Amino acid sequence: MESQIILLIFILVLSIFLGVELITKVPSTLHTPLMSGANAISGITLVGAILSSGSSEIMTIILGTAAVFFASINVVGGYLVTNRMLGMFKKK
Amino acid sequence: MMDISILVNLIYIAASILFIVGLKMLGSPDTARQGNFLSASGMLIAVVITLLDQNIVDYRFIAGALIAGSIVGYFAATKVQMTSMPEMVAIFNGFGGIASLLVGSAEYVVSSLNNPALMGAIYMTVLIGGLTFTGSLVAYGKLSEIISGKPFLYKGQQFVNAILLLAILIVGINMLFIQGVISPNQTLVLLISLAFLLGVLFVIPIGGADMPVVIALLNSFSGLAACAAGFVITNNVLIVAGSLVGASGLILTNIMCKAMNRSLANVLFSGFGAVSDTTSGEGEEQGEVRPINAQDAYLILEAASSVLIVPGYGMAVAQAQHAVRELGELLEANGAEVKYAIHPVAGRMPGHMNVLLAEANVSYDVLVEPEDVNPIMETVDVCMVIGANDVVNPDAKDNEGSPIYGMPIIEVDNSKTVFVLKRSMASGFAGIQNPLFFKSNTRMLFGDAKETVSTIVSEFKG
Repeated sequence: MESQIILLIFILVLSIFLGVELITKVPSTLHTPLMSGANAISGITLVGAILSSGSSEIMTIILGTAAVFFASINVVGGYLVTNRMLGMFKKK
Repeated sequence: MMDISILVNLIYIAASILFIVGLKMLGSPDTARQGNFLSASGMLIAVVITLLDQNIVDYRFIAGALIAGSIVGYFAATKVQMTSMPEMVAIFNGFGGIASLLVGSAEYVVSSLNNPALMGAIYMTVLIGGLTFTGSLVAYGKLSEIISGKPFLYKGQQFVNAILLLAILIVGINMLFIQGVISPNQTLVLLISLAFLLGVLFVIPIGGADMPVVIALLNSFSGLAACAAGFVITNNVLIVAGSLVGASGLILTNIMCKAMNRSLANVLFSGFGAVSDTTSGEGEEQGEVRPINAQDAYLILEAASSVLIVPGYGMAVAQAQHAVRELGELLEANGAEVKYAIHPVAGRMPGHMNVLLAEANVSYDVLVEPEDVNPIMETVDVCMVIGANDVVNPDAKDNEGSPIYGMPIIEVDNSKTVFVLKRSMASGFAGIQNPLFFKSNTRMLFGDAKETVSTIVSEFKG
């Protein structure tokens, strides 16, 4: 368990540095789509929600199913609206 | 059994790579749309492979919630007006937060309590998720003006917050180390309630003008909540994706704060704008306002060889962006060089103005930032300030007593002529007077921005 936690923290630290590198390169003109796109990515919690929703424990099913609902709004809505916005950015 | 879990993890790695490459492609407007598509593909494969998990005994609830959520998401995404993007992002941040909170809670009710590492992860997930949820709801309320945008300050605020934080800390200690003082379910309900309360108390004192910073910060929190949930279910893809979002939100928060020359602490705790008129400058050193009409403005614009348009949220409120784009095209046809200068805090979220102009078919390569135009401002014939106020206030560089002193601005007062399109002489979001309106090279075009611009457009055509 301890070694696994350390590994997860290791991944966390590297990902944050990677995130900072990636995001600083996004031009200010795309900051709104960046936020809505990031929003969709944070819906990744859907993965955890699905596992809970599919369990056999009644409380877990209830909580997990609610989580699936909210996370899938986030994922579907987030990616679609980002796509819609990015489609508006045109160069002459 | 073994090879399935390896396959699942390989797919999660692939999903992480797609998120990373997708974000990288957001670095340019040319590739951004494909980037978003890659990111969405990453999400799709992660979800599909999760659905194959053998521990799932019943698909009915998953399917129902997935379909219902997707329908809501689809309609929200296709119906939302671009002017309302900040509200949508705010409420979606909240959904991300509550989803993580629910995942953390679902794990809590089935897991062994004697595991401090797991309890710590659940504690963080529920806390961050809960405060993101209610904080986002309050931010949504302020943006859509369901609740007042004014900072809500009360006596003893610091004290109440200190007590609340202390209570949250005690619940944490109880959860991690000394179970049994109250039942596990009571602990969970208490923690959720406190997290909800924290979110409300955190955002309610912050003024409507500072909501862009708050949304960026809550965006970051929604990522961190997902990240914490990743620790709960020991899942790498949640940690990678969550921390990417966390980093993104923090960087945007930082950019916003810099653009206002304020620290994050100042934004969060000062109740900026509540004390609107305690500053000096009222009535003093203000000269005469010089109004002109659209016909005269047309004559000046017709002779101009370079025009800089400075849009603010007022342009979006007046729905003037299409008329402005048309005017820009006519000016270009007339031989003028037309650029749009966009301040990082113009609009109600980072990059909001750019989206509104993109929607009105303004080419993104004529959108420039303050630091690009300020050095060449003397060569600009006409600056048209449309519904912007604080971001062009010369007090920010000249008046040390001004609350916005030190904020980087678009220095339109250095150009040859400034047109200010404004409804009335009312002050901007920050609630402070703007000496730009009284400068000798400034002309005020009072009235609805859309009407004014349309009149100038018809003068050009006629």
